[in-house]
Amino acid sequence: MKTMIEVKNLVKRFGDITAVDGVSFKVGGGEIFAFLGPNGAGKSTTIKMLTTLLSPTRGSVTLDGVDPVRDPERARRSFGIVFQDPSLDDDLTAWENMQLHGVLYDVPAAERNRRGQELLWFVDLWERRDDLVKRFSGGMKRRLEIARGLLHHPKIIFLDEPTLGLDPQTRNRMWEYLRELNRKEGTTLFFTTHYMEEAERIAQRIAVIDHGKIIALGSAAQLKRQTKTASLEDAFLSLTGHSIREESADPALDAMRAMRRRGFGH
Amino acid sequence: MKSTMQKIYFLWLRQIKKYFRSRSRIIGSLGQPLLFLLALGYGFGSVFAQAGQGNYLNFLAPGVIGMSIIFTAIFSGMEVIWDRQFGFLKETLVAPMPRFHIMIGRTLGGATVATMQGVIVMLLSLAFGFHPLNWWLVLPAVGVMFLVALLFTSLGTMVASLLDDMQGFQLIMNFLVMPLFFLSGALFPLQGLPALLAILARIDPLSYGIDALRVLLINAGHYGLGTDLAVLSAVTLAFVWLGAVFFRRLQV
Ligand SMILES: Nc1ncnc2c1ncn2[C@@H]1O[C@H](COP(=O)(O)OP(=O)(O)OP(=O)(O)O)[C@@H](O)[C@H]1O
Ligand SMILES: [Mg+2]
Repeated sequence: MKTMIEVKNLVKRFGDITAVDGVSFKVGGGEIFAFLGPNGAGKSTTIKMLTTLLSPTRGSVTLDGVDPVRDPERARRSFGIVFQDPSLDDDLTAWENMQLHGVLYDVPAAERNRRGQELLWFVDLWERRDDLVKRFSGGMKRRLEIARGLLHHPKIIFLDEPTLGLDPQTRNRMWEYLRELNRKEGTTLFFTTHYMEEAERIAQRIAVIDHGKIIALGSAAQLKRQTKTASLEDAFLSLTGHSIREESADPALDAMRAMRRRGFGH
Repeated sequence: MKSTMQKIYFLWLRQIKKYFRSRSRIIGSLGQPLLFLLALGYGFGSVFAQAGQGNYLNFLAPGVIGMSIIFTAIFSGMEVIWDRQFGFLKETLVAPMPRFHIMIGRTLGGATVATMQGVIVMLLSLAFGFHPLNWWLVLPAVGVMFLVALLFTSLGTMVASLLDDMQGFQLIMNFLVMPLFFLSGALFPLQGLPALLAILARIDPLSYGIDALRVLLINAGHYGLGTDLAVLSAVTLAFVWLGAVFFRRLQV
């Protein structure tokens, strides 16, 4: 299997906070890979470095053989992303948001219209296509973000907590669509989530990240075996719970970390 | 090439749509120019005439047009901060296109909006009694407005790329926009100024914009149209370039 994402010793510091602390992993072409980790673990920061939004403090990344630091424009051709936090233009309509995305991502006009219509039906927003996004509910905005993210078909799709705030119907439909895309077009999927069953059901391999470090990596079955637990949730708690216990040696530091996380975490 | 133009066009169109959709913003930003025309234009009219300088409202109108352009343009450029806070900026920053093109699309959009604002103020000042000497020269005057708008939208983009959030906004208002406006000769003639003020006015790019408008609209410039256009073009190019440099460095 061809390597699609390769990350070596990736580090990101914000002042004296080390958000990502020497992360290395590989994702193969056509693989479905998940990042699990508590709030503030460094998942979003890693994704931002992979997608040219942040420059790494140290370490190297390649996406389909391209270094996003050295050649960001070429790297951007290989991926699409659904962000964790909002990225729609509230003063445009749903349809305009879709169209603008399609143009910026080189989707030809005919396809832009066809797929745009299909995807808005798919997320139940077709009737509301001409409404300004600022009139949408939180869940509707989230659905639009997903539909927009799927308008073009890149080699890699990053999804940062895509199902946050979605109802189960939409969540299931979205995963069906993504798996279909993965099967048909061999799209590599890289996602983060806080829903354990989702990671277990969808991902072929899972990396558990905590305090900026990958503390376990493997299939759901492997993680359960490694931690001698019956469910992925227990495996996750046993892995991440352990590091919290280690830290309790210094409660002041723990409190500070927690505060920082509350202050910045998103 | 075609796809690049299309991307820039769509980013431009986005600003225009947003402008027309925020009617309260259009009307709100006309309040200040109206007040200037009314209070200063009529208030200083007789003093100005007694000093042998002619019709103050005719003299003031290009200055007030310049004012509305610089305010709108800098704010449009600074919308980068807004888009960053509300997240839309990320969507464009990961798109497969050079950041320079994103910046150009945004800046052309912001400059167009600022020019429209300038044209609206020009039409309003007609109602106050302003009359251009030669109607044919209104068209090149709109061209000058666009150049001024482009210059200050780029400046706004540059400033916004350096700021993290809206915190620095008041600072920019008081220490950049206000001085640029008040020192530009928008409100007073550039002839016979005290040395310090004359120098400050010479450094202020807005001076040349308003001067060029006065040449075209009331045939009364100070630096001369050639100098005005040369300075405006050079500074605009420099600011677009600087704006692009800072915009490229932006991290989210
Ligand atoms: N721009 C920033 N400036 C300073 N600190 C930051 C910044 N972005 C993230 N951090 C810090 O980096 C750490 C990792 O944050 P990150 O957003 O990557 O976490 P995450 O794993 O995505 O968490 P969540 O599950 O809450 O989304 C946190 O401690 C956060 O406070
Ligand atoms: Mg996150």
